[in-house]
Amino acid sequence: MKIVVCIKQVPDTAEIKINPETNTLMREGVPSIINPFDLHALEAAVRLKEQRTVRVTVLTMGPPQAEGALREAISLGADDAVLLSDRAFAGSDTWATSYTLAKAISTIGADIVLCGKQAIDGDTAQVGPETAEFLDIPHISYVRKIESVEDTMIKVQRLMDEGYDVVQSSLPVLLTVVKELNIPRMPSIRGILQSKKCEIRTLGKDDINADENDLGLKGSPTQVKNIFAPESTAEKKMIEGTAEEKVESLLGELKKIKCL
Amino acid sequence: MPIIVKIDKCTGCETCLESCPFDAIVMKEDKAYINEYCNECKTCLEVCPEGAIIEMAGNENTARKKALKEKFADYKGIFVFAEQRDGKAADVSYELLGAARRLAGELDTDVSAVLLGADESEAQELIMWGADRVYLCSDPELKSFNDDTYAGILSDLIEKHKPSIVLAGATAIGRSFIPRVAARVRTGLTADCTSLEIDRDSRDLLQVRPAFGGNIMATILCPDYRPQMATVRPRVMKKGTYDNKSKGEIIHVKTEGLSSRTRVLEAVKEVSELSVNLHEADIIISGGRGAGGAKGFELLEDLAEALGGVVGASRAAVDEGWVQYSHQVGQTGKTVNPKIYFACGISGAVQHLVGMQSSDIIIAINKNPDAPIFNVATYGIVGDMFEILPMLTRRIKEIKGQ
Repeated sequence: MKIVVCIKQVPDTAEIKINPETNTLMREGVPSIINPFDLHALEAAVRLKEQRTVRVTVLTMGPPQAEGALREAISLGADDAVLLSDRAFAGSDTWATSYTLAKAISTIGADIVLCGKQAIDGDTAQVGPETAEFLDIPHISYVRKIESVEDTMIKVQRLMDEGYDVVQSSLPVLLTVVKELNIPRMPSIRGILQSKKCEIRTLGKDDINADENDLGLKGSPTQVKNIFAPESTAEKKMIEGTAEEKVESLLGELKKIKCL
Repeated sequence: MPIIVKIDKCTGCETCLESCPFDAIVMKEDKAYINEYCNECKTCLEVCPEGAIIEMAGNENTARKKALKEKFADYKGIFVFAEQRDGKAADVSYELLGAARRLAGELDTDVSAVLLGADESEAQELIMWGADRVYLCSDPELKSFNDDTYAGILSDLIEKHKPSIVLAGATAIGRSFIPRVAARVRTGLTADCTSLEIDRDSRDLLQVRPAFGGNIMATILCPDYRPQMATVRPRVMKKGTYDNKSKGEIIHVKTEGLSSRTRVLEAVKEVSELSVNLHEADIIISGGRGAGGAKGFELLEDLAEALGGVVGASRAAVDEGWVQYSHQVGQTGKTVNPKIYFACGISGAVQHLVGMQSSDIIIAINKNPDAPIFNVATYGIVGDMFEILPMLTRRIKEIKGQ
């Protein structure tokens, strides 16, 4: 069985701070990490290796530096890694990213594709389902438990807004996973050694049988028109006094807004 | 059109470097250089004090754009995907109808709802809430959600009726199958929009959403393709007006031999101990590291009970094991926007703020006067939650006569 895990190298957005004077992002020194949700996808793939004969390929689309994320994934148990990198991919929105990933996955071949539910820098949660559509395979989003995997069938639990569904799908399938699925392991010594000597295969636009008009900025239907700092219009008020006075003032405010 | 730096005008002041949200400007031989990460967002154009950054005029794409314009010329009207749960339309459907009505007014067009797996009485409700027309598919197969069937029907309706805008809720269901639809009909999709407006000149849909983990906002356009698709989280848009005299048309959509590669074997409703539906709550009482343990959360529960709210938590409190993950608010938890959000013992890391800062009123209680939570708070109280909360709960109960 072949499993492809899609990962993304992202800035650790929890580390990003805003310069209060200029209202711009202070990104200097912000470390790059593997998108946290993708680590759960990778862990799920590596655990399946313990049950059956599985080859786990980790795939990322990004600049040459994204190789670091792939090597980390090898240290965590992936068998091989593919870097999808080409200037022609730059500026891709979710449509073009998904199209490109799907073309690469078709080239690699997969029975199961695993993705994190979303990347923490974009938070769109669109690339997984869109990739499944381009691959013309079914997908199940927000998988929190893999109940069983057979040669042609998979059964999982899908997180919904008010509970969960038990869903069955034919293979091949694409799953996007949530963090309740598992606890990712730490790299093993063997894995770390492996990650250093492992060869990373690089695919460019000419290797994946893609239509150039559908790649990168040119292939992306959405455009960023502008970027601006979130405005804080609300009036701010610090409530002072003794503890009792503070409580009474707050009650007064709650009455004003008709909460009481 | 590509953005370039006029080398002769660039003084190498580096002002533009920080302005770029995509890290696409680098220094090369003391001059600014725009690399392939450029998304053509044009932020740097205004920043450069020398006017050295310009947009190149080009006609490379104009023929393609013109062809697309002709192809999509007859796309008009607004579609709202009206999600149902157990046969009842979810609140987010009414909120989207409110937004769609407003946009339709500006564009002088009409609003159609798409309702799958519910009956005619629910379709009638959608008309009261502002739909001019409902495409209804009552096939019982559609009661449970499968991406294949939902994506198939909505894509077919889009291709047949050619709407210019399609809106859907950013719920578990919407976020799962709407991207499939966008991929299939080959158009753009913007997730989790916080504002939708019509551009005065181009008449395109301006879709505003948080970017970079909510640290900054971006306006997204889909200028060349139709429909323009967007998802909106529950409670972001205001419901329109309910009018029980509204007239509308219900069109029954025939589906023959619905097929899906996935099948729902069982749907389980899961209510956690504290019964949280953070998305729907009007009042949320959240605790963080300052709650100190399960004891602190009991105080939050007491206040929640007195006010009729639900309990939320920061990642720190969930990681400590004081409260279940289903309560987590923030980037890796839920995004909420209640009318009132209490942040008790929460310092206010960006990861938490992005999940709650669109709440109408934020009340922060924290011992540390420098905690960043006070920057977003409508009302701030510097104090010990263990002192303030019991007093507050007691007084609220007195006032309410409980």
